[in-house]
Amino acid sequence: MFNTNDVLETVNMIEKEHLDIRTITMGVSLLPCIRETAEKTAKNIYDTVCKKAENIVKVAKELSLEYGIPIVNKRVSVTPASLVCAPFADKSALIGKALDDAAKTVGIDFIGGYSALVHKGMADYEKQFILSIPEVLASTERLCSSVNIGSSKSGINMDAVKLMGEIIKKTAANTAKSGGFGCAKLVVFCNAVEDNPFMAGAFHGVGESGTVINVGVSGPGVVQHAIESIPQSDLSDLAEMIKRTAFKITRAGQIIAKEAAKRLNAEFGIVDLSLAPTPARGDSVAAILEEMGLESVGTHGTTACLAMLNDAVKKGGVMASSRVGGLSGAFIPVSEDIGMIEAAERGTLKIDKLEAMTAVCSVGLDMIAVAGDTPASTISAIIADEAAIGMINNKTTAVRIIPAPNKKVGDEVNFGGLLGRAPIMAVHNESAEKFISRGGLIPAPIHSNKN
Amino acid sequence: MRAVLTVVGKDKTGIISTISTFLAERNVNILDISQTILQDYFAMIMLVDVSKSTIALAGLSEECSVLGNQIGMSVHVQHEEIFNAMHNV
Repeated sequence: MFNTNDVLETVNMIEKEHLDIRTITMGVSLLPCIRETAEKTAKNIYDTVCKKAENIVKVAKELSLEYGIPIVNKRVSVTPASLVCAPFADKSALIGKALDDAAKTVGIDFIGGYSALVHKGMADYEKQFILSIPEVLASTERLCSSVNIGSSKSGINMDAVKLMGEIIKKTAANTAKSGGFGCAKLVVFCNAVEDNPFMAGAFHGVGESGTVINVGVSGPGVVQHAIESIPQSDLSDLAEMIKRTAFKITRAGQIIAKEAAKRLNAEFGIVDLSLAPTPARGDSVAAILEEMGLESVGTHGTTACLAMLNDAVKKGGVMASSRVGGLSGAFIPVSEDIGMIEAAERGTLKIDKLEAMTAVCSVGLDMIAVAGDTPASTISAIIADEAAIGMINNKTTAVRIIPAPNKKVGDEVNFGGLLGRAPIMAVHNESAEKFISRGGLIPAPIHSNKN
Repeated sequence: MRAVLTVVGKDKTGIISTISTFLAERNVNILDISQTILQDYFAMIMLVDVSKSTIALAGLSEECSVLGNQIGMSVHVQHEEIFNAMHNV
């Protein structure tokens, strides 16, 4: 028989502390779908995704009921579409539409992988593909896009960084009616991972097998509650408590991932234990940092608290699962975390502090809204800064920034649902135009040369 | 296949009777029961065998939620593996 306290702890985590499986993401390789024309390829892609993912929603519901743990999102990630579109890059939008249609047919909330990997160089077909992103994100609903512009091994492709600043501006303009919502579906990465189950940055890497199930587990509320239970303890004990809690959460994810893979005829990929907040109260990473002893997230000490949290989460996760992957750490998306939103509104949390925080956690400057008139070169410079942090520290960093059309500092943009609302944050007004227009490649750091 | 059924809420008369009748009607066998009462707070945990159940575990889980609403308590049934996984190294 089970220990009563253990059973009740699990029930409490689910009922009161928002423990959930944040996403079951099926990775699908699109490489076998390539045909001689864009039209035939698009049809093949639609059919493949619909066939492989046809049961994902049903299986997720069954598992959720059987194991008594909510499964919030069902998603699909695909091979970076720029590779599939290479022979007919001028018709990339057709592939985007096919993916979006397939997502609607199988009833998943997002499909990721309208992506390009250009961290060292950008072929003509890749540039053409990237240029299609603003239009495609405006004309589709559930499709997510990402572009990898740098890596620790290859350096930072500054031509791509420059281009992405412009693409983000254009995407915002194309989706101006919804506050620039298209940008919430577009991530710019350095060191993008191939097995990330979380959107908007998920894609199915070419090193992966045909069909894979990756699961993202969440639970900021559970960690916050665990910290609350030992108010007087020192930081070593706190780290230990976070680690233990992360272990339990990850185990729940692993069991669901394995079972989902079995039922969906896919390989079990990885469990990504990321503390992914939602705008709901009690589901906030900022609240964890504040529970650790900060008056407000963003104040001095925030980076240290976050570093400890992120590391303890990783340690617990690695112990719990044979296959930990994805991003695994703490997410700090501003609009999706009520504590972050409030700190930004108070002016305690500023973009510079956020940037420092991204050096010690996964992932990066996430879901940050800035004024609509922010120059493209400033956005590119923000991307370059983040990419530099990722490149030098051998970690993934990302930028998901929304230059909300017609909005100014002090305004707010509301996306609703899990994406939440974002106060417009101030950026530096001094120009980085000349730096960005230089182009070229920032060479890989010396420590990349390990061969 | 075994599952863990939990009933949590304010204590009142007849809870075990209601739950065991509900399970018997569905041919779910009770293997073990433990319960604790802290002040008015009632928590019961049952280990049950659902292999001969007339309804699949997912369906049983939905019916437990309905039953919970009817008796004003939180009633859940979950595959035992989730507890094994989370609480054993």
